[in-house]
Amino acid sequence: MADTTHTSENTVARPRKSIKWGTVFDHTVLILGSLFMLVPILMVLQTVTTPDLETIKNGPGLTIGTELDDNFAKAMFQASGFSGENTGTSMLINSLILGVGFAVGKIVIGMMAAYAIVYFRLRFATFAFWLIFTTLLLPLEVRILPSYEIVQQLGMLNTYSGLIIPLVASATATFFFRQFFRSVPNELVEAARIDGAGPVKFFIDILVPLSQTMIAAMFIIMFVYGWNQYLWPTMITTDEDMYTLVRGIKQITQDLEGTNVPEYGRANMLALIAILPPVLIVIFFQSWFVKGLTESDK
Amino acid sequence: MKSAGFTTRWLPILLLVPQLSIIAIFFYWPAIYAMQSSFYLQDPFGFGSTFVGLENYSSLLSSSEYMKVTRFTVVFTALVTFFSLALALLLAVKADNVLRGAKTYRTLLMWVYAVAPPVAGFIGVMMFNQSWGPLTELARSIGWDFKLGVNFNDTASAMILVSVWKQVPVNFIFFLSGLQSIPKSVREAALIDNRSSFGRFWDVTFPLLAPTGFFLLIINITYSLFDTFGVIDTMVKGEPGNNPMTLVYKVYVDGFRGNDLGGSSAQSVILMVLVLALTIFQFRLVERRIHYT
Repeated sequence: MADTTHTSENTVARPRKSIKWGTVFDHTVLILGSLFMLVPILMVLQTVTTPDLETIKNGPGLTIGTELDDNFAKAMFQASGFSGENTGTSMLINSLILGVGFAVGKIVIGMMAAYAIVYFRLRFATFAFWLIFTTLLLPLEVRILPSYEIVQQLGMLNTYSGLIIPLVASATATFFFRQFFRSVPNELVEAARIDGAGPVKFFIDILVPLSQTMIAAMFIIMFVYGWNQYLWPTMITTDEDMYTLVRGIKQITQDLEGTNVPEYGRANMLALIAILPPVLIVIFFQSWFVKGLTESDK
Repeated sequence: MKSAGFTTRWLPILLLVPQLSIIAIFFYWPAIYAMQSSFYLQDPFGFGSTFVGLENYSSLLSSSEYMKVTRFTVVFTALVTFFSLALALLLAVKADNVLRGAKTYRTLLMWVYAVAPPVAGFIGVMMFNQSWGPLTELARSIGWDFKLGVNFNDTASAMILVSVWKQVPVNFIFFLSGLQSIPKSVREAALIDNRSSFGRFWDVTFPLLAPTGFFLLIINITYSLFDTFGVIDTMVKGEPGNNPMTLVYKVYVDGFRGNDLGGSSAQSVILMVLVLALTIFQFRLVERRIHYT
């Protein structure tokens, strides 16, 4: 921050030329910031193309190697655990199931509950509202152990439902859709009722199409959130064929310790596969994503 | 509720059943269970438990290890919050200034949002690799013999760096959208009144961004307390040992590795109270923010 004073002094002294210097300074800061963000991923990209022995000897360098397909094959089809079942392919499938399952579950349940709260005259609506919104107060992290015990008692360890459903138990999507439904003009419901549309028809034919952008924004945020879950999958999945990529990353890190020839290429490739889908989604759907993120907190 | 709502009786109940049953089973039940078991002492061999009242709490508060973890958590949270907010604010102000390449910068500065914390931790382990890590070599070149996972302070610095790296994008997105919502007329008026860009920032932009800043402050504290779990877990490589850990990580270590359900539950309840206090504080701020605008 201190350096900003420097540029402003220039502004006072020599107006025309110094504006240019200010811009140069702005770009320098932004380029340094971008490099801070980028350098780690560049190292991952370089390691992924390099033979392990080369990395062990010299560390990551500036040259692009030729081992990309080898490392990719190792990452996707070679397992590291005892069971031989946690290959990159199986972890990728589990990550997708978790990401999509979580996003869809959250949106469907959240929309239904928000619709009930906003559009119906219900005696206990306020009570239901508070019951649901209290869940925003306590993140899963503070109640992990009891949640684990309960899922264990229900026999849901190492199942997809045990992985997904407890994560759905918070009200972020409900809150978001409640805000959105409240901003929908009242005239729509009135018009629909005059035309004789019932609540189900109104929901499916009018409200859902109207919410398309919101649904898309929610899906992106929730998919990334679900895909990136770590603590809950770590506790709930002990079978290696249930590992997600993010959950498997600890084992991948530990595998590098204590071996003579650590497989840096394979490990970094798995990290890259864990990073790419959510990052690409966030980059491609940037405007929806930013909108959903900044608007849901208002 | 809408004034022009439907009056059907069974449908709203049917619509609420999935959400309510899920939160009853996976939220309220565990939360109550945690509170209850914090008053019991679990037999180490799994043969029942005895009621001990507040003993779990008092032994926690008198434990020097718990106090050490608390102190570390406070320092860790303060540093991660400060650096990720400051860096993001600087970058957002600059990104708001430039005309050329604004979109490219935005993409380059926000993509890390989508990286999972443990994967960020893994990348950190690579960057600080003992024999060839680029950052280890950088530290060595200034005479700092960096030992990740061995030296307490080194590991703590690496954890803070990785956590900041992971959090800057979120703050950047919010600060940038806050900056862009400042009306043009206000900016132009400021430009006439105050020619120094630094002065303009402190007198006009900063106060207008303050509500966003307060909101982000809470978000960042929550992030440092809870979401950094993955960073810590991969960076200590599953060997807590003498390594730094936060309060949430200790709940996990004591409950899962140490099988101390009572002690771990008491820690959970302490954290619940902490989060509740933070959230109430946040709600009051959000209300204030609405009055501002």
